[in-house]
Amino acid sequence: MTENSPILEVKNLKKYFPIEKGILRRVVGNVKAVDDLSFHIHAGKTLGLVGESGSGKTTVGHCVIRAYDITDGEIIFRPNDKDVELGHLSRKELRPYRKHMQMIFQDPYSSLDPRKTVFDIISEPLRINKTHSGKALENRVRELLELVGLEVKYMKRYPHAFSGGQRQRLGIARALALNPKVIICDEAVSALDVSVQAQIINLLVDLQKEFGLTYLFIAHDLSVIEHISDEVMVMYVGRVMEYADTQELFRNPKHPYTEALMKSIPIPDPDRPLLDEDEVVGELPDPANPPTGCYFHPRCKYAQQICREKTPPLMQVGDNHTSACHFADELELQGLII
Amino acid sequence: MSEHDDVLLEVKNLKTYFALDEGTLKALDDVSFEIRKNRVLGVVGESGCGKSVTAQSIMQIVPKPGTVSGEILWHGSDGEVIDIGQLDVEGEQMRQIRGNEIAMIFQEPMTAFSPVHTIGNQLTESYFVHGKHNKAEARKRAIELLEDVGIPAADRRIDEYTFQLSGGMRQRAMIAMAMMNQPQLLIADEPTTALDVTIQAQILRLMKRLQREFGMAIMFITHDLGVIANMADDVAVMYRGKMVEFGTVRQVLKAPKHPYTKALLRSIPNFSLDKQRLEAIQGTVGMPLDPPNECPYNNRCDVATPECFVAMPETTRFADGHCVACYRYTDIEEGTLE
Repeated sequence: MTENSPILEVKNLKKYFPIEKGILRRVVGNVKAVDDLSFHIHAGKTLGLVGESGSGKTTVGHCVIRAYDITDGEIIFRPNDKDVELGHLSRKELRPYRKHMQMIFQDPYSSLDPRKTVFDIISEPLRINKTHSGKALENRVRELLELVGLEVKYMKRYPHAFSGGQRQRLGIARALALNPKVIICDEAVSALDVSVQAQIINLLVDLQKEFGLTYLFIAHDLSVIEHISDEVMVMYVGRVMEYADTQELFRNPKHPYTEALMKSIPIPDPDRPLLDEDEVVGELPDPANPPTGCYFHPRCKYAQQICREKTPPLMQVGDNHTSACHFADELELQGLII
Repeated sequence: MSEHDDVLLEVKNLKTYFALDEGTLKALDDVSFEIRKNRVLGVVGESGCGKSVTAQSIMQIVPKPGTVSGEILWHGSDGEVIDIGQLDVEGEQMRQIRGNEIAMIFQEPMTAFSPVHTIGNQLTESYFVHGKHNKAEARKRAIELLEDVGIPAADRRIDEYTFQLSGGMRQRAMIAMAMMNQPQLLIADEPTTALDVTIQAQILRLMKRLQREFGMAIMFITHDLGVIANMADDVAVMYRGKMVEFGTVRQVLKAPKHPYTKALLRSIPNFSLDKQRLEAIQGTVGMPLDPPNECPYNNRCDVATPECFVAMPETTRFADGHCVACYRYTDIEEGTLE
């Protein structure tokens, strides 16, 4: 492995869900949940994946940890010295790599088994992988609880006794149990109140520094994405619209969808209201029946004839900055960081 | 408290308690505020602060075993002042107010609508219930309103069911339903929380327009200070059943006086260039049974003194109308702290 090889590299990822009809379940079409997506993350960094519901963010996460079989593409993972292509490995072949990649979920209520104690929940990955047992197992669970800021005396309690923020800490402790390299955070702070959300974001940042963790951080909230990510990828109906370093993206967006998202965020300052002229009309298209050309064109205020006809390729528009817009170079779009 | 002559609803010393086997849960404990005609009151706070119970108390739909005491003075259109709290919950007079003079919309439109009735049936029902009987007229009004809230092909959509609508369209339909009887007060309980950010911006603009066009007041409940900044004229900040700060949107967001309001504003990721740690508020809101009558925020407050643990501070009202319930506001004001 060279110094600059990313720990995770996804190339041309596609995940199609078939649409079936009739009693014979004839396949009549596909929902292209993820359509030709490429990205990479360097060790110790955070890639933010942002988009509205139905944009395919979660599907990307599920493909990367191979909870889904992928339709096409490559998922190259470099947990140690050599490259492994995870995309087409069988369940059995995947086993040794699973422990390097973990996931934290959005809903801290449904992602913890209510009938298991905290000890059972956090020790489960350790027991399954037979890394610890007996006293060592208990010590490891203790250590993990302390890491995420929970008191060790809670070990025998059940999840219902914890608040949303504490449950999310349990989910993080479980994800950390096997010393993973990559953690996929799927809307990990979305369900939390802002004061608690800030606690969890700080915890994730601290853990990243301490263990050199790599995050794929999936969220719909641009302010959270901006805060935590080194790079950001903006998705819309399964496709990448824009991909850039965080500061660059928020200062100098090169895709009308990115600008539209930024201008739709209500800022807690009465002097910066949402402006009527920034209204994004319409709704997300049905992913089973997306529009022709650029998927965003029916809602885009800059759309021209070519946008209706031709799908714009992802083009280089700056240093480590790509955009899938025909007019990326011409438009003068406004960023959020001022 | 009332010194304005355009008061629509005055809430005085509102207490909503739930007597449980284990003790009394004080969901609202001595809350006073007012809503003025033609203005938007934003009610903000984290989950468990009593925002929704405030709405339920006004509408007299508090679930069992909740009991409401205190005064809820409704200044009806005929100049008469009615104490809603004294009305029979299921009596004729309360039903005349509920859904007619005061209407309500909810966070999750899917659960607020009936899945087995058409949109038109549900819209016209509230019209018929309140004594208007002309069927053709009701349908005409429903179609007009659906068009007004931005539902395309309203004359066709009116005969469809709510599950056939997208989330944003469903919220529009619910707003139309609330507007059927031209209420003077619309209570909106987190109406945009479940929506994507571009759709949220559309709904916020819509509500603002309707508020102006119909000349109604809105009580807008949300946890999102960005939404508050865009919607509210006045803001009430709630914390664990108490109102800790009240003022105009500028007073509360630009010059907050209560440590909780300040902390809440600081805990939001704010798109600033310097990537500092978020200032989280330690701990969680919690909802203890039989709480002592002390400042509810004292255990999380970074400027709390021993007196904060002895008694609940009185609400201080400033000449400009800004109200705060805190012992330390003067210290904070004069900058001797921080």
